[in-house]
Amino acid sequence: MAIHEKSLIEPERILSEEKLVVDGVDVSGSWNTMITPRYLRDYDDDFEAVIQKYAGGENVHRCWQCGSCTNSCTMYAQNVQFNPRYWIYLTRLGLKDEIIKDKDIIWQCVSCNKCTNICPKDVRPEGVMKALAHWMEEQSITEKTPSTHFDETFWEEIYHTGRIEDASVMMGFFKKTNQPLMQDWLVVFGKRMMKYLPIAQMAKMGLNFIAKPRTKSWGKTGEVLKAYVQEQKEAAHG
Amino acid sequence: MGKVAYYPGCALEGSGGPYDKSTRALVKALGLEMENLKDYNCCGAMEVKNIHPMLQTYLSARNMAIASEQMGLDAVMAPCNGCYHNLKKAEYETATSEKAMETVQDLARKADDPVYKGDVRTLHLLEWLMEELGTEGIKQRISKSLNGIKIANYYGCMYVRPRQIFPEKDQGPGSESSYKPHFMDDLLGAAGAVNVDFPLKTACCGGAHTLSDSDTSTQLVLNIIQAAEDAGAEVIATECPTCHSGLEMHQIRAETEFGIKTNVKVLYFTQLLGLALGLSPRKLGIHENISDSVGYLKEKGVI
Ligand code: SF4
Ligand code: SF4
Repeated sequence: MAIHEKSLIEPERILSEEKLVVDGVDVSGSWNTMITPRYLRDYDDDFEAVIQKYAGGENVHRCWQCGSCTNSCTMYAQNVQFNPRYWIYLTRLGLKDEIIKDKDIIWQCVSCNKCTNICPKDVRPEGVMKALAHWMEEQSITEKTPSTHFDETFWEEIYHTGRIEDASVMMGFFKKTNQPLMQDWLVVFGKRMMKYLPIAQMAKMGLNFIAKPRTKSWGKTGEVLKAYVQEQKEAAHG
Repeated sequence: MGKVAYYPGCALEGSGGPYDKSTRALVKALGLEMENLKDYNCCGAMEVKNIHPMLQTYLSARNMAIASEQMGLDAVMAPCNGCYHNLKKAEYETATSEKAMETVQDLARKADDPVYKGDVRTLHLLEWLMEELGTEGIKQRISKSLNGIKIANYYGCMYVRPRQIFPEKDQGPGSESSYKPHFMDDLLGAAGAVNVDFPLKTACCGGAHTLSDSDTSTQLVLNIIQAAEDAGAEVIATECPTCHSGLEMHQIRAETEFGIKTNVKVLYFTQLLGLALGLSPRKLGIHENISDSVGYLKEKGVI
């Protein structure tokens, strides 16, 4: 007998015997697999409320476990371990340790919004994925993910100038994540880009990189926004 | 509709240069009226909402306020899916939440920015063309057919999802659909292309992780390209600079890192439509695409 979602059970709890007799009945063959019971004492009643305080996690309490999010999920199609419905379930039960087991993949959500589009309860699972990823970073359960580094590089540019410049965001990101700039495929990409590019366009791109494009009327907008975000975060997480 | 404010955003001013070029050339050739959105700021793309959602709402509201308060225009037209999505989202948030509107206005006053009053609507370039001209209007202006080239129209995520922020979609005949978008199909079909039955019109290209999780993005792009090729497409038409660069970049990455070679060409729909109007490939920036389609288009008698 197949055990569905076997992947969700720790291997050491799955017992399989060639020959198995239970209470005098021979159950060898298709019934030879048992799962040892588990007692959960490590749940955190307040965890749902913690995630609700992160931007995106506000509606997590509405989930009725229909599974539509996982069913439509881009990342689930790549890797069945990526399971928004399951993580939302664990969040509601406060089973942090179970969530942490998947810490290395939760951040991979590509923000395609298929889940948010289909969810009948307006949970906005995409936001919950971000909330969980940010919670893990802030608790030092994970290091800052590449995705967070990218977001921060991006926001820093906007904060200063109101705009971004592709090449400098890219280089800033590579620097933050200690990646080499000259990755083979990027070199090929660059070469193909240059092949037909008019000199004027190339010069403009180079110039943009040195003298970054800026919103002239940006004034104190960046400061005001930064202060607002700081205030909101303090109000939510102390 | 009258004149709209054109919001190119950072992408069209940077790596999406050919999209900007072809959009401007196309709009001019079609005799439509637009004016550059003055001194705009970045919409925050997909990234700043992860720092805080209000950043995204505010950045977009600031752009809309520039259109209405400083330019006297009530519509912003964006060819980039990311910009379009963020503007629509800000429109939605401020229209449905008094608190969001208050916060936006409050921040604007503090920053001495123009104040958004909820009086601006956003259009994607596709929607603007359909509203102004429709397929009939395009047909009348075609001087050179696209000669039946087989196209897979790729719309991506942010043009259609989440559907709540696009109240004008899914309104029955004539309107755009969020499940099965068709405006690009309609326009290119009117220009003489053959649209193939392409099931991944709204699949994700992994744009959010182009660099931070490249393997995933390459896989997602390969899904799209291979589905297009399986459907018999020779060209994938795009309507978003991020999707477009993603397809081009990861097509190369698949080839150089994994030895998977694909042949489909990637072109902006504005470039294809521009060719059908008789505009020169140079004017449309076709040589500036990374996906080299010049030889192919010549072979097909399109240029
Ligand atoms: S789609 Fe919504 S309600 Fe259904 S399982 Fe996912 S989060 Fe829960
Ligand atoms: S937004 Fe994230 S969680 Fe939602 S469907 Fe896309 S990849 Fe899955």
